[in-house]
Amino acid sequence: MSAIIEIRGVTKSFGGVVANKNLSMTVEAGGITGLIGPNGSGKTTLFNSIVGYHPIDAGSIKFEGREISKLPVQKIARLGLLRTFQQTRIYGAMNCVENMLISLPHRKMRLAQSFARNSAAERKRAAGLLEFVGLYEKRLLRAGSLSFGQQKLLEFAMALMNEPTGLLLDEPTAGINPTLINGLVDRLKRANREFGITLFIIEHNMRVIMDMADTIYCLAHGEMLAHGAPREVQNDRRVIDAYLGAH
Amino acid sequence: MSGARKSAGMPIEARRIALYLVLIALMLAAPFLFPGFRTQLAALWLMIVVALAWDMTGGQMGYNSLGNVFFYGTGMYVAAVITIALAYDVGEYTSAAGGGIHAFTDAQYFAGMALGIIGAGVFCAVCALLIGYITFGLRGPYFAIGTLGVAIAAGELVSNWEWVGGGQGISLPVYPGDLETGKVVFYFLFAAAGIALFVLLRWLYTTRFGAAMNAVRDDEEKAEAMGLHTLRYKLAAWSIAAFFVGAAGAISAFQLIHFEPLETAYQTINLGIFMVVCVLLGGKGTLWGPVVGAVLFHVFKEVTWNYLLGWQWVALGALIVVTVVYFQEGVMGYLMRRKPEWFGIRVGREAE
Amino acid sequence: MEQILGNLSLLAEFPVINLKIIVDGLMIGSLFALAAYGLALVWGVMNVKNLAQGDFVIAGGYVSWWLAGLGLPPLLGVAAAFAVMWAVGWVVYKLVITRVIERDMFTSLLATFGLAIMMAQILNLLFGSDTQSIQLQYDTLYFFDGFIDVPIAKLLGVLLAALLAAGVILFMKASRMGQAIRATAQDARAARVLGIDTEKVYAFTFSLNAAICGAAGAIIVMVWVIQPFYGISYSIRSFVIVTAAGLGNLPGVIAAGLGIGALEQYGAHIFGIGYQQAVAVLLLLLVLVVRLVQQRRMRRSLQ
Repeated sequence: MSAIIEIRGVTKSFGGVVANKNLSMTVEAGGITGLIGPNGSGKTTLFNSIVGYHPIDAGSIKFEGREISKLPVQKIARLGLLRTFQQTRIYGAMNCVENMLISLPHRKMRLAQSFARNSAAERKRAAGLLEFVGLYEKRLLRAGSLSFGQQKLLEFAMALMNEPTGLLLDEPTAGINPTLINGLVDRLKRANREFGITLFIIEHNMRVIMDMADTIYCLAHGEMLAHGAPREVQNDRRVIDAYLGAH
Repeated sequence: MSGARKSAGMPIEARRIALYLVLIALMLAAPFLFPGFRTQLAALWLMIVVALAWDMTGGQMGYNSLGNVFFYGTGMYVAAVITIALAYDVGEYTSAAGGGIHAFTDAQYFAGMALGIIGAGVFCAVCALLIGYITFGLRGPYFAIGTLGVAIAAGELVSNWEWVGGGQGISLPVYPGDLETGKVVFYFLFAAAGIALFVLLRWLYTTRFGAAMNAVRDDEEKAEAMGLHTLRYKLAAWSIAAFFVGAAGAISAFQLIHFEPLETAYQTINLGIFMVVCVLLGGKGTLWGPVVGAVLFHVFKEVTWNYLLGWQWVALGALIVVTVVYFQEGVMGYLMRRKPEWFGIRVGREAE
Repeated sequence: MEQILGNLSLLAEFPVINLKIIVDGLMIGSLFALAAYGLALVWGVMNVKNLAQGDFVIAGGYVSWWLAGLGLPPLLGVAAAFAVMWAVGWVVYKLVITRVIERDMFTSLLATFGLAIMMAQILNLLFGSDTQSIQLQYDTLYFFDGFIDVPIAKLLGVLLAALLAAGVILFMKASRMGQAIRATAQDARAARVLGIDTEKVYAFTFSLNAAICGAAGAIIVMVWVIQPFYGISYSIRSFVIVTAAGLGNLPGVIAAGLGIGALEQYGAHIFGIGYQQAVAVLLLLLVLVVRLVQQRRMRRSLQ
């Protein structure tokens, strides 16, 4: 396996608060990588740095070998690196199918091609992906009227519609009905396996992330605490201390 | 359920076609049915064009420009310069400012008109790309104020630019031939622009491009995060709008014969704000809204203007405030909320 | 072009002219800063972008001018304009602004643009479209062998503006209402939870803004001229200043106000008086572009 995202020595501070301190990590292509850590340990900050929401103070971030730490959000997204939001973001006024159709991979579309209606194949794909996340029945409802969990699933389906190479998921199971979490984990795994999308996931639910990820990075106070295979991280004394607050 | 929907759908489709046919007939017959109102009817089509164009960015993309009148004024000047340059030296012509006799042959006039209208549209479309490249980095109120600034600055600069007549403005030749024929010609020119834009938008809003426009309006940050070429779509939409507004400005230039920069061409607080009011009255972000709004506004304006004895501008300001504060959804927005079935919108359980 | 070069070489040849331009610019700039401070206040506290700002200024000027015509001393006219515009601001707030606070930004912008048109037209109907001013019977001070003339009236205007600004700042710092306003600006919901009547705060803030503008206008009519349709350029100047300085940056507002006053005087001197309005607007575009480039570097857009 080769590295798809390479993070080297990334530091980011807000005012006097250092949110990320000299972080280095590698996300392997085709795998599922987890990012864990207590609240406020700088996980979302790192995600925002990767996808271009703010400049970083030092270090380098590479996607498929290309430096992206100075690019804005749209350009990074157009390289095929997407993210979902912790607080979901969907187009609330449109219905689910419209949400899916607008999420087509525009990076592959020339301006002239945008002056055409959506093809039958695209509609079929949108319907198929809505079926995949279990929202087919709700496809004609206004997306804003869906429950939080359903919106999250819709956002996930929209991300898949975009055919990304890499997908950064910020707490995909937060706010989802516990009885549905197993189904979601299954879908994430299938997205990784069947669509070949590299996943990089922030997750609080230990059971879920230990079950899914090949590699896990653990942050605390903006610094790298531990990394390795799930079992290694799980048994790491420092990780346990960080989560129990004995730090 | 589906059978019921189908049978309810048929007459709507038939009614819609009938409606279009009636409107087209009315449009064709209007200048002959009301020969005394040809100029006002032409002005109505002008309002429809600029309102439809404004709604492209304002209603469909959420970019509220207060400076679209820049394209109107620029279109006027481009058309005038092209027409004059075909026959004379522009600087000499404007410095004579009505003193010198400048005859135009019919061929020169019509060539100037054709080239002027097209040229104005193209020039304004290019301007929109250049200006938009900067202003579309501005969001919300900054975009509105930035574009307003462009329009005001253009008016001020042009009024100091002697080559195009400075503050005195510029004159074009009168329509060669019968005065009434001229009025009919201008009516149909404006109407053609309006219908062309309407048909274009009716199609455009069903394409991927149209969906992308709405995505920018609903959540631009999300659209960026999904990799949409937001700037490209914004520029393309604004330059289409600018083409039509510029062309409409060019037609106005020939219709008005004489115009000057601040009050006629770059009329920031007249036409510049009228177009916004039309769209708000009719309903933002809908295809028919700008048309309905333009008709309502224009009729209101023409009927009341002369009875207000100097207070018409105050009434206009009040109309803006009242519309914005109390009736922002507009006629179409109101109808869509009250009668969603007219528009084929399915809500709630019905959709399942 | 030749004329522009000529004007430029004049500046290089007689450096003292620069001084005159700067002094003039700073004097008028202090009044721009006053109006801009009001805009920043309203913008920061209730997120309303008031395009009628300049028309409040002009209206205040007309109040003072009209009262002076009736025999009121111009200095009292400043106080009168402050009071009258306070009332106007309160009425405008109750009729319009209170209904647009919670709405999107364009609503407040457009509603106040409508107000601006109304106010300019009403002033035009009441007072006519001629330019007006109040002539004060004060001496003029001369410096540098008469190269620089500073009318005492203008100095008095600057002094009044400074006094007014100091009074408002003191009020914001020390009074209960001032504290409530600042709390609301930081977080309106938290302020409401803590028992601050935000509706009252908003009404007060908007009235105060109108009153500040009115007083500024009353000073302007003593040292410069006013005309019903000059409002929009004062609005634009206020936006330039606030955009350049940022919200809640009082020294920045003052500096930007003085700077824009000076730049406009330079522009008028170099390009000719006909370009004064254009210079104000071009400064707006310039400031927007600069801010935009700054934001780009932060991977963000200006919003």
